[in-house]
Amino acid sequence: MSRIVQSGQYQLNVDDLKIAGSGDRMTLSIGPHHPSTHGVLRVILEIEGERIIKATPEVGFLHTGIEKNAEHLTWTQAITVLDRMDYLAPLSNNLGYVLAVEKLLGIEPPPRGRTIRILLTELQRIASHAIWLGTTALDIGSQSVLMYAFHIRELILDLFEEASGARMNPSYFRVGGLAEDVPEGFEEKVRAFLDEMPKRLKEIRTILDKNPIWLDRLKGVGVIDADRALALGVTGPNLRASGVPYDVRKAYPYAGYDEYEFDVPVGENGDSYDRYLVRVLEMMESHRICRQALERLEPGPVNVDDRKIVLPPKEELRHSMEALIHHFKLVSYGFDVPAGEVYQALESPRGEIGFYVVSNGKNKPWRVRVRGPAFYHVFALPAMMEGALLADMVAVIASADPVFGEVDR
Amino acid sequence: MTHHNADSQFFTTTIDKLVRWGQKSSLWPLTFGLACCAIEMMNLVSPRYDMAQFGSEVFRSTPRQADLLIVSGRLSNKMVPVIEQVYRQMPDPKWVIAMGACASSGGIFDNYAIVQGVDEVIPVDIYVPGCPPSPDAVLDAVLKLKEAIGDGRVHGGVMRA
Amino acid sequence: MSPKELYARPYTGGAEAQEEMRRTLIPELLREFPDSVRELETPFDIAQLEVQPEALRAVAVRLKERGFNVLMDVGGVDYLPRTPRFEVVYHFVAIPGLWRLRLRVPVEESAPEVPTLCDLWPSAEHAEREVWDLFGIRFTDHPNLTRILLPDNWVGHPLRKDYPLQGERAKHMGPFSVRNRYHAPKRPGDPPGTCGLPRADLGGGD
Repeated sequence: MSRIVQSGQYQLNVDDLKIAGSGDRMTLSIGPHHPSTHGVLRVILEIEGERIIKATPEVGFLHTGIEKNAEHLTWTQAITVLDRMDYLAPLSNNLGYVLAVEKLLGIEPPPRGRTIRILLTELQRIASHAIWLGTTALDIGSQSVLMYAFHIRELILDLFEEASGARMNPSYFRVGGLAEDVPEGFEEKVRAFLDEMPKRLKEIRTILDKNPIWLDRLKGVGVIDADRALALGVTGPNLRASGVPYDVRKAYPYAGYDEYEFDVPVGENGDSYDRYLVRVLEMMESHRICRQALERLEPGPVNVDDRKIVLPPKEELRHSMEALIHHFKLVSYGFDVPAGEVYQALESPRGEIGFYVVSNGKNKPWRVRVRGPAFYHVFALPAMMEGALLADMVAVIASADPVFGEVDR
Repeated sequence: MTHHNADSQFFTTTIDKLVRWGQKSSLWPLTFGLACCAIEMMNLVSPRYDMAQFGSEVFRSTPRQADLLIVSGRLSNKMVPVIEQVYRQMPDPKWVIAMGACASSGGIFDNYAIVQGVDEVIPVDIYVPGCPPSPDAVLDAVLKLKEAIGDGRVHGGVMRA
Repeated sequence: MSPKELYARPYTGGAEAQEEMRRTLIPELLREFPDSVRELETPFDIAQLEVQPEALRAVAVRLKERGFNVLMDVGGVDYLPRTPRFEVVYHFVAIPGLWRLRLRVPVEESAPEVPTLCDLWPSAEHAEREVWDLFGIRFTDHPNLTRILLPDNWVGHPLRKDYPLQGERAKHMGPFSVRNRYHAPKRPGDPPGTCGLPRADLGGGD
């Protein structure tokens, strides 16, 4: 049913649903296909005039059953499906999962393997934040930033393609090390990128930092204080923007992060602008870590020396029967992992991503539970949006950086 | 017009060609991002791939203004009614590209949650393999689609209605 | 005017905090709840306790008093064929103390019920909905225990071990065209929005 409503000089045909209730309260369904929701989020808004009274996020439009799929694959194969959860930072997913399995197995890759892992994960963080920057700026109305930001990401994806063969979803980290060593000349290319990146980031910051539109739309918008953020399970840059210096890399160092020097940027107001600033500063911290990782990179093996876990080198297959058997066993059956439960937390570009892995001693994981940070961020959106204007919804969702592959899994 | 002796067949094909030329030269894709592939789809407008040079740079946010649906990513059961509605809302003629393994066939997710190929829900014109396909592959698909539209090989939902 | 760039001293020392917690908090809890709390030895860094569902609320209130202000995660595990079959796993973190604790709550298959914690930690609300959706474990007194990831009219709880990976399709392995019937292709005359849901005429659904 609908009725005619006078609005200024126009007579509007308005659906009854939208003017139900007190008369001026309206229920508005945004998404799941909407350009500002960064994926397939549906938000049901109750608004009075331009003010948001209540927001209810609805998720699940990208539910993929990844956790179920992982239970039906071997420990190595599961890396492939877990890759596709947080598709802006697949290497963080890889790292968390392989660290959890390595904890169960009680192994640790050699220094070169560990250093390359950190190098690539930090590059991934830069790429992920670059996309965040580009898409957020696009939502706020600045299309040129998208072009600059995607160029940064493009340069990083070239590096990933060189190392692993795939631009996105590389599945490059394996239990016990890496799929293979990085190719020759990789370090020079990373170095060239690291020389280039601060200039490109500076360009972006020149556009945004003092841009009145950018400031007006982000400052004081989507404020969330520290206590509320903690209670809602917010982590990562969103939590640090509220002034809580909690970074898993510092609090519970993993993968050798305790050997690296870097600072933790925080915000003070917990608004969208602080979330922007924290991410941009974090990109430079990642840049610092990459530089240190390059200095540490020395020739050597990248995988653990255990043929029961890591595939033998290809050349050996031609003349060694034993290598052939190991290869066959690993590819067809995989390897057994001792029974136990382990939770591996790590700092993905979005926050604390946790892998709770349960093994029953067989060649397949019994259960892989993933704590996706974005899942909790989506349900913190109502707290950030309360009382905001309808147009601010766009800025709030964008600044919280949800990735729906990870929310819905 | 001047050849008033010519039969009408000749006349019609010319208009057809003109229309098809118009259709193929300004494909407007819909911003329908689902999963990983959506990021690579966004890359199409980035400086390196620059789809603007082929007349398709205007990504439309509303299905009413778009004629190309790039299904980028895995389609879950919960999303099916949505994609159907979006497809219905697009004006004819309209074309569909299934981008990536998941949209084409369900990909590695042969499970309870994922529709095994978007062609079970809406008709698809071009499938792009890859997980995710690189932007060049999608660009290639768009160019192939243009070619097919120009030759009158695909009719964009009109003939199927 | 340039934006103010702030850095803070991050919280560090998770491992030492863990040790301290194992020394102080765990014996205390074991003493306070001798019948319902049991320590599960683990070689890994996060201490874990097994808590009976009846005592979960009391233990949770005590944890909240002791500074566990973040409920990081609520997840389910199905240990078929073990009894009790299910387990609900909670991960708590205290910030800035950096204590971390895992509670594992065994749940019987016959009465899969656990008290909700979402009044103590709001982050539990939607995580518990997810556990209900995927495992069918009910959380008593939850304000809105509805499906979150799957469509509202879905039948079954897919992360249970006896739920086939392919879902409805797996129960009916006929010829290829029929096998895929859970996601049956749309046919002319079908009402909009019906595709992908069980077809009554094919005997779909449970």
